[in-house]
Amino acid sequence: MIELSRVAKSFGKNHVLRGVNLTIPRGQSMVVIGGSGTGKSVLLKSILGLVTPDSGRITLEGADVREANRDAFLARFGMLFQGGALFDSLKVWENVAFRLMRGATKLPKDEARAIAIEKLRRVGLKPETVDMFPGELSGGMQKRVGLARAIAAEPEIIFFDEPTTGLDPIMSGVINALIREIVTEMGATAMTITHDMSSVRAIADRVAMLHDGLIRWTGLVSDMDQADDPYLQQFIHGRADGPIESVR
Amino acid sequence: MSLLALPTSALASLGRATFNALASIGRIAIYAALTLSHIVRPPFYRREFLTALMQVGWLSLPVVGLTAIFTGGALALQIYAGGQRFSAEAVVPQIVAIGMVRELGPVLVGLMIAARVTSSIAAEIATMKVTEQIDALTTLSTNPMKYLTVPRVLAGFLTVPLLVGVGDIIGIMGGFLVSTEQLGFNRASYIKNTLDFLQTPDVVSSLIKGAVFGFIATLIGCYYGMNSGRGAQGVGGATKNAVATASILILAANFVLTSVMFGS
Repeated sequence: MIELSRVAKSFGKNHVLRGVNLTIPRGQSMVVIGGSGTGKSVLLKSILGLVTPDSGRITLEGADVREANRDAFLARFGMLFQGGALFDSLKVWENVAFRLMRGATKLPKDEARAIAIEKLRRVGLKPETVDMFPGELSGGMQKRVGLARAIAAEPEIIFFDEPTTGLDPIMSGVINALIREIVTEMGATAMTITHDMSSVRAIADRVAMLHDGLIRWTGLVSDMDQADDPYLQQFIHGRADGPIESVR
Repeated sequence: MSLLALPTSALASLGRATFNALASIGRIAIYAALTLSHIVRPPFYRREFLTALMQVGWLSLPVVGLTAIFTGGALALQIYAGGQRFSAEAVVPQIVAIGMVRELGPVLVGLMIAARVTSSIAAEIATMKVTEQIDALTTLSTNPMKYLTVPRVLAGFLTVPLLVGVGDIIGIMGGFLVSTEQLGFNRASYIKNTLDFLQTPDVVSSLIKGAVFGFIATLIGCYYGMNSGRGAQGVGGATKNAVATASILILAANFVLTSVMFGS
């Protein structure tokens, strides 16, 4: 279980997170929604230690993440980045097997390659792509490679940062379905940040809405449509009018 | 605006610029110290190091060679023309040799490395930062400093002295070609004069300068890449600042090293 308690982060005068409280139960898929620039990515990066919060506490299974052994802590996570964040200079299979070929549990090259091929197959990529470079792949294929890399070491927790950004609706549907299947079959705890409502409905067990640096609403995805929070309702229905200010 | 406001505002700008410059020097010094501390601690990424050796060393050879040969040739012409004013044109081999080995070889190779390698490192790492590849490295339990900075800085430190050595030889060859083909010098005596005049400390100083310049050029490229701003403008700014800073630091380091090694 991941718990965030009164987490705050500012960049200069911009107070991005103003005391976020959030619990992500073990084995569940939490989707954090919110408009652009509301601090969703900062929230996710704060958990991973890529951004240091100004105050508050983040715990994983009760232990403060700042006090954890960094390598052991990160070994429990897999992450799919918004743009894929694949390493241009490495082949597709080397990207997927990156963690497997390094660190304390380093595998022999052949074994790591076999696992990478299997993970690429799992996300629907053909063997021909294995020895290609990321630059030779389409956006959708790069997302799949990113997904394969995120699950390669079979992590307990997987983070997805805007998994469908830049994809057409059909490819978005495919990626959403893959994420849901993989998270369920691995029994992993998942946290996704997105503003794509089709992703929310496909991926989430629970939903949290981040607005103005605070969690405005959190609950089961099945309760989302009936919730009476005006901010949530404006966001999920994509209305221009409502309590969330929109610039025209 | 009052009469007092203008000088006060100018003074404030100067103060801010000075503080910013000092802060940058401090940050670069800390980055250098961190890099050195990571060089001596495992893990060491051999494949990235070998790639960096190729990028910094081998692929810089053509540009270094061309720079050195034209500079050596021009130097010979200048010394010959200047020497004629007081009948000292015979010293061309000696002055070309000492000029190339002690000063022009290391400095020009350093500046060419700053132009070719520092810019490329800064742009590559800045792009990696903008596209979240640096964050991805961290989440994959790989320290970006060890994976990106250490192999490049080590490759610069080890290969630039070799490039300087090659540049020195090619520069002297440029002077030799111009002197013997255009200015009528005897080939055998030109080579003899060059070899007799050069001393071991001249060559050693050249290689030491090369190592320092290689360290500076690669370190600055990595530093500005890692600290790049967002978007294309951030990558462009990082690249521009990296080349400018590396060039200035190389010239400043050259002055300091020359003062230390030959000042007395």
